[in-house]
Amino acid sequence: MTAADDPVPAPRAPQPSGRARIVLAEVSRRDSRAERTRTELAQQTRVGEALVRGLVRAQLALALRMSLVVLIGLGGLPWLFAVAPAVGRVTVFGVNLPWLLLGLASFPFLIAVGWAYVQLAERNEQDFTDLVQRPER
Amino acid sequence: MGNGYVVPAIVAVTLVTLGIGFYGLRLARTTSDFLVASRAVSPTWNAAAIGGEYLSAASFLGVAGLILKYGVDVLWYPVGFAAGYLALLLFVAAPLRRSGAFTLPDFCELRLGSRRLRTLATIFVIFIGWLYLVPQLQGAGLTLATVAGSPYPVGALLVAAVVTANVALGGMRAITFVQAFQYWLKLTALAVPAIFLALQWQADARPAVTPPDGPAFRTATTVVVEHRAALTFADGTIRQVRPGDRLDFAAGDPVPAVSGVATDAADWLLPSTAGDDDRGLFATYSLILATFLGTMGLPHVLVRFYTNPDGAAARRTTLVVLALVGVFYLLPTLYGVLGRIYTPQLLVTGQTDAVVVLLPEAALGDGVTGRLLAALVAAGAFAAFLSTSSGLLTSVAGVISTDVLGRGSVRGFQLATVIAGGVPAVLALNLSGLDVSQVVGLAFAVAASSFCPLLVLGIWWRGLTDLGAAAGILVGGGAAVGAVLVTVLGPPLSGWPATLIAQPAAWTVPLAFTVMVAISMATRRRAPADVGATMLRLHAPEALRS
Repeated sequence: MTAADDPVPAPRAPQPSGRARIVLAEVSRRDSRAERTRTELAQQTRVGEALVRGLVRAQLALALRMSLVVLIGLGGLPWLFAVAPAVGRVTVFGVNLPWLLLGLASFPFLIAVGWAYVQLAERNEQDFTDLVQRPER
Repeated sequence: MGNGYVVPAIVAVTLVTLGIGFYGLRLARTTSDFLVASRAVSPTWNAAAIGGEYLSAASFLGVAGLILKYGVDVLWYPVGFAAGYLALLLFVAAPLRRSGAFTLPDFCELRLGSRRLRTLATIFVIFIGWLYLVPQLQGAGLTLATVAGSPYPVGALLVAAVVTANVALGGMRAITFVQAFQYWLKLTALAVPAIFLALQWQADARPAVTPPDGPAFRTATTVVVEHRAALTFADGTIRQVRPGDRLDFAAGDPVPAVSGVATDAADWLLPSTAGDDDRGLFATYSLILATFLGTMGLPHVLVRFYTNPDGAAARRTTLVVLALVGVFYLLPTLYGVLGRIYTPQLLVTGQTDAVVVLLPEAALGDGVTGRLLAALVAAGAFAAFLSTSSGLLTSVAGVISTDVLGRGSVRGFQLATVIAGGVPAVLALNLSGLDVSQVVGLAFAVAASSFCPLLVLGIWWRGLTDLGAAAGILVGGGAAVGAVLVTVLGPPLSGWPATLIAQPAAWTVPLAFTVMVAISMATRRRAPADVGATMLRLHAPEALRS
């Protein structure tokens, strides 16, 4: 933590090796503005820390909301069948409703939830990227 | 079983597996290629490979057998096996890939910096891996015995030898291609016969699945009992049967009610209701918890995520896997249902796991079509044993080579593979009485009570400490392991103890989470100082990395 302590590093400053160790050097070096924001994140300045916390919270809230959808949509079924046995005797096209719901409908339901999650999670990440790379910072 | 197509089909699957393995070997040049497929595997290939690896004997044979036997209540098995990937997608996929961890022990060290926790995780990876490998090998032995009449050890040793050689020589690169091929083979092997079976059912004037008088034999059948049971015949007489007893039934005779099996139409067709008892509902929720949360803790599933180029690709791959697995799980239900009509004798013999393999010939007759389809299904079953065993072996061997033997060189990996494959082969030869589906279910329960809390809390909660994680794994995972050992070795139980031990997840998973959180809060000062940097690495998109 020597040159990296400088709050505003010079453009295209040579990268201190200590920083590369903290944030997995996998992607090749990129230009200076992005580098400054990355430095802030990697050094865990208060601003960087708050940004990461915000992202983690947003992603966790999204994952929990999606779990709740599945918890109600699928997890409620055994309880429903148990308290309202009449539901199990309903037939659609000659097939009992529980068989259709579990054997057929549950899979597209899971895929739809997964698809929605991927879209929303990528949007969260895009928002985060836009936030840390805004020009005025 | 005079089907002359079965053995060639199984030999062909084995040879193609080996062939693709050696083709992959020519592509694998460096150690990096060898272990992680150079991360150059496309999401579609990778997803098919994950699907191929995941759909085991329990999915291919076991689910249909359970549905034949117990009916609607066990539809939660396929739903849970698929939903496990949704939980994986929501909580684990992208952050785990971004962590750069190759195995679960890697993740422990990376997140919490503790060597001792790493050792504990290694022990659990090996335990879960072997717990899952033994029933695969047993399934292979039993299937080959059923369709080709070979002695039980032949199938088990054949699969163990083929898989060990392939993993040791070809590594992950080869395995990716083999697994992807085997997903499509397994799907074809169930889908094509399913079309013929559905047409045959139409041609037979759509016989009722649950006729008002209960299931009946369509043809004159001689049944050789394989499991001890009490049979209740239509005239009310009760007879105790033992393995080896022969029973003759004429065409049209009703199938006797078998103890422990949902022979009665209403039991089979309708979900258990509140009036029955609470144990049924408890077991259902326990099963849901184990399968939904256990998938993310299976060692062979996680290794795959390292082959994605970045976190976003890991997410998309997982979604494709969910779709591929979901399509597959539509089929076993059909086999279980048609089994009620065409192979009711399996309810009496107790060998319900054989329904997928026996149904084509039972429904379509032993003409060329029926025999070819039976051979296709047998080939698919073998693909299931080969692919799941390969994936498990790769991950167990990876852990043994890096954590037990030392550095992860190619030679070390090969030695580790021989060790990792040899132990379950010996176990499979000595423990032939285990029930395939039940043991696989227990492996899910152990994974859900140990690695699921570790991953979820490690990824999303800054407060996790090494002591908390170790305590949670030891208490929750240890309780689930205890339940496994009691089930496998202990005396038969009844009532609530039996339910709590047979489906432990509903109490062991909350226990593991609670202990992990409580001990972490009590040892708050041990939380790693670099947790902020780790969180950044786990959650920030790759574009922001330097």
